Amino acid sequence: MDLTLITYFIAALAGTFGFGVIYNVPTRTLVASSFSGAVGWMVYYFLAFELNLDLFVGVGVAAFLVAFFSQWYARHFRMPVIVFAIPGIIPLVPGGSAYNMMRAFVEGNSDFAFMYATETFLISGAIAVGLSVNSGLFQVFSNRAFAKREKRYLP
Amino acid sequence: MQNYPVADILDICVEAGRVMLENGAETYRVEDTLYRIAKSYNLIYINVFVVPTALILTVQGEDGQDHTELLRMADRQTNLEKVSMVNDLSRQLSRKTLPPSKVRAKLKIIKDTPRNFNRWQRNLAIAFACGGFPLLFGGTYGDMLPSMIAGGLGHLLYEIVNDWTNVSFFAEMVAAFFIGLLALLFTTFGLGVDLNVIIIGAVMSLVPGMAITNSFRDLMAGHLLSGVAVLAKAMLTAGAIGIGIATVLTFIQ
Repeated sequence: MDLTLITYFIAALAGTFGFGVIYNVPTRTLVASSFSGAVGWMVYYFLAFELNLDLFVGVGVAAFLVAFFSQWYARHFRMPVIVFAIPGIIPLVPGGSAYNMMRAFVEGNSDFAFMYATETFLISGAIAVGLSVNSGLFQVFSNRAFAKREKRYLP
Repeated sequence: MQNYPVADILDICVEAGRVMLENGAETYRVEDTLYRIAKSYNLIYINVFVVPTALILTVQGEDGQDHTELLRMADRQTNLEKVSMVNDLSRQLSRKTLPPSKVRAKLKIIKDTPRNFNRWQRNLAIAFACGGFPLLFGGTYGDMLPSMIAGGLGHLLYEIVNDWTNVSFFAEMVAAFFIGLLALLFTTFGLGVDLNVIIIGAVMSLVPGMAITNSFRDLMAGHLLSGVAVLAKAMLTAGAIGIGIATVLTFIQ
């Protein structure tokens, strides 16, 4: 097996791009969100498989980075953050463990099923934590928040 | 500033909320946007309550009268461009309010905007995406082509069955069954190496990963009702895919 990093990058790029098309992301931002998704996945790969950290940590940091890119793009393109964040996190989504969980449940291997279920929920939680921490930080430190301390209706 | 009838303002708020909610905006974004629109028209005591299937908006006009409007939602899809357009509109309104009739015309334009890509382009894109996923899930180059074909055709079948029946549970089950069958055929005839990796890659086009993640975000933001509702939907989808795949897997045991 000699899968180089470049093919990984292209695969993640293609995955994000395809989901961007399905979710009907505005055309001029498709490439931008694909790029952030691919970079996020490379960071996840590096942390989780090269440095052998926990999947939770790798996914959390990668999701934080994707969210950071998305916030920057959102300011640059003047669009809401989810336009960039939702396609961007697609390569990180725990599709493999969700599939293994369903398969184990249906085949009756409850032990494996709960193991994979834990993994699925931990990874989803990590993605959510990464996104939430980033948006919290941006809300605290953005210029507009200092200029006009108007309380938002909701988080 | 000119005063408009409260009922008209409520109408445009609810219409904007409908467009956002129909196209996959998070519930907190819908609540925030409606609050801002209502606020920009100088209404007071604004209360918005949004769950993925309904929307309630209560405001008090300057005469002290309470007005409420309720909207029941049926179908949801994901179209982020429309969410972005409504967001722009609300920003525009907070700078300078427009008469409600003009806002309604703008919302109609947003609602009638077609998708950027037609069905074939969409399914081709998702096919390429599914072609990339086997690499990300630890497969080899040989798994890419079968996953690409199975993923693209599976998503196409999902869209067609969903249009026919309007029961997404059934459509996901059929599409997952079809994907499993294709993957099994491919590996039987020597195209592709690992059955599991091919199925995972192809089924990613249906997996509710986004719903799971969004539900966690809602739960963390304190929107317990929406979080639990979206999570239930995601679990139902996961179950449908599991049943579809498991039916195929019984063939090889």
